[in-house]
Amino acid sequence: MAADRFEPHPELAPPAMTIGVVGWLRQNLFSSVASSVLTLLALYLLYLVIPPLIQWAIVNANWFGANRDDCTGGGACWVFIAKRLHQFIYGFYPEAERWRVNLTFGLLVVLMVPLFIRAFPKKVWLGVFLLFGYPVLAFFLLYGGFGLERIATDQWGGLMLTLVLSAVGMVASLPLGILLALGRRSSMPIVRTFCVAFIELWRGVPLITVLFMSSVMLPLFLPEGVTLDKLLRALIGITLFESAYMAEVVRGGLQAIPGGQYEAAKALGLSFWKSMSLIVMPQALKLVIPGIVNTFIALFKDTTLVIIIGLFDLLGAVEAAIKDPNWLGYAIEGYVFAALVFWVFCYGMSRYSQALERQLSTGHTR
Amino acid sequence: MSDEAPLTKAAKTSILNNPTFRSVTFQVLMGAAVIAFFGYIANNTLHNMAQRGISTGFGFLDQKAGFGILMSLIEYDADHSYGRTFFVGLLNTLLVSFLGIVVATILGFVIGIARLSRNWLIARLATAYVEIFRNIPLLLQILFWYFAVLSALPSPRQSLSFLGIGYLNVRGLYLPAPVPEPGFLAVEIALLFGVVATVAVTIWAHRRQDRTGQQFPVFYTALALVVGLPSLVFAASGFPVSWDMPVLQGFNFRGGLPLIPELVALVLSLSIYTAAFIAEIVRAGILAVSHGQTEASRALGLRPGLTLQLVVIPQAMRVIIPPLTSQYLNLTKNSSLATAVGYPDLVAVWSGTTLNQTGQAVEIILMTMAVYLTISLLISMLMNWYNRRKALVER
Repeated sequence: MAADRFEPHPELAPPAMTIGVVGWLRQNLFSSVASSVLTLLALYLLYLVIPPLIQWAIVNANWFGANRDDCTGGGACWVFIAKRLHQFIYGFYPEAERWRVNLTFGLLVVLMVPLFIRAFPKKVWLGVFLLFGYPVLAFFLLYGGFGLERIATDQWGGLMLTLVLSAVGMVASLPLGILLALGRRSSMPIVRTFCVAFIELWRGVPLITVLFMSSVMLPLFLPEGVTLDKLLRALIGITLFESAYMAEVVRGGLQAIPGGQYEAAKALGLSFWKSMSLIVMPQALKLVIPGIVNTFIALFKDTTLVIIIGLFDLLGAVEAAIKDPNWLGYAIEGYVFAALVFWVFCYGMSRYSQALERQLSTGHTR
Repeated sequence: MSDEAPLTKAAKTSILNNPTFRSVTFQVLMGAAVIAFFGYIANNTLHNMAQRGISTGFGFLDQKAGFGILMSLIEYDADHSYGRTFFVGLLNTLLVSFLGIVVATILGFVIGIARLSRNWLIARLATAYVEIFRNIPLLLQILFWYFAVLSALPSPRQSLSFLGIGYLNVRGLYLPAPVPEPGFLAVEIALLFGVVATVAVTIWAHRRQDRTGQQFPVFYTALALVVGLPSLVFAASGFPVSWDMPVLQGFNFRGGLPLIPELVALVLSLSIYTAAFIAEIVRAGILAVSHGQTEASRALGLRPGLTLQLVVIPQAMRVIIPPLTSQYLNLTKNSSLATAVGYPDLVAVWSGTTLNQTGQAVEIILMTMAVYLTISLLISMLMNWYNRRKALVER
């Protein structure tokens, strides 16, 4: 009989206080007295910081003009940045030759785009060209030769120098780091001792002393009459320093590979280098991608230290510009601009590494 | 079978494929190459130094330095020796590293815990802090605080005043300095006694708990012994400390405890930068303790506070300590950026001014590197010892 059928009472709507905006607010911002106090404090802090910041950076800021007389708004003087932008990007690179810098970095971007596209075929060869062919090309484009005017490295500067320093540092320190990590895990005592000493020495001292060393001591090490370019000396210092950090990151990956993988590679009759490059390294490097990118980010930030040995990277160019008597008093604008540029690069790299990690993850992570 | 004989003989292989031979040869070659490399460098260096008339050896340590140093923890003036400048720089480096480590640890733990807060706004603010400050080069932050913020502060006459106790102006931060008076020795003795007694009580309480299972309120006892007892003695002996307050005289403050702006900028930027990294370490450490641990401890009837104290924090510290150590080391090494704002640390005084005056690059750079290496090794040894005590003991 139909009348005896069990008819559940229709579900009541959830209490109004637990859903929608109010529910979210109650749960996430005002869940307890302490939480409410913290929320109000945080809101007050934001009120203190954000409106004046917007006032300064956008509302009262001056964007267009020719000199400091155009900065009348009382806010940020972005005219200063606009006027000096070329110097911040190219340093003292001659104006007529700047297309070479644009071409070099434009080419790099164009070549790197396919690496981000998953379905692109033959990415390996592109990678090989980027690692071995492109640096040679970039060297001749930037430095000159083959009919291009020679631009001495003391005219390089700004963002371009920052990118050159970090790109060379990255490309050179990874293979060196891999070799050092393999050496540190080697069963040959002399090799192991040498690698441990090398790694611990560089990791134990600040980069600044390494740069001092490469700028003051390195010339003494060379035979008489041989001089090394200032930029090259800085590059040697940065590469040696970062390769020690890279070695420790790679070693972490090597330790995470189970011994069975080494043994299986040996059982297949692979030589040491083949088993490393075909079996162990692909797995180990994949595991430590976050560590490698973190080291790259650290390297990118560390390149600013070259201003202490007298090279003008982006920060150096900003430093020089804010000491210009015509533009005194705009230090904050200069530093904010440099900080923004560095932040965009570093944040981008860390986001890319997170994406790569997800993409390459093959279920090893717990 | 006829072809059984060859199997019993060792297979004929080239000596080039013998692993022992290859390993020994490779190592001998590498050792020879390294020795030859260093010999070549040493030879070149000696030749170059002789050529340029740079003297060698550590004789310059006793010579008169002849330059002043902005800030010194030990007595120093231009008449002292180069050896003395080394120690002035070293102490300044240690001071800024110590202050930076203390501030960065507090700030980092607060931000790290805030990132895990259930309060959405607080968690977002903490995330923003971490993402902003760890992605901007430290040197840029130091220069920003020094040249853009602290240089823009008012002159001494218009100082920012903190309740009339501390003053902040373009010349630095001025704090009251405590001056101990005769009766203060008793307070120091009381403090020493409190610390010793706390150690003894802790050991005794542990033994008693192992034996009988009874707990003893160690924390409150320690609080009473270390803080309460000296305070009581302090009050009983009639507060034997006077405060040397900074006073505005003419164009500057006199007295008190002046902190030069270079030091303030450096400690501020070092700790803000490092705190972003420490926050991430703390967050990872707390997340590494699985929720089941908290639930199990609640199921055993432990109160939330005890759960945190006995279950979560000890396990989280195990994950936090090793990377925290390397952050402390990084901060110490990063303090060498002091040279960019002219704070007289080891690199600025020693690898900077002293090197420029004496030209003895090899000795000076090697001594600087040796100092940082020693600090690194000492801190790692200390932290490894602590880590071993805290590490998981598996049976």
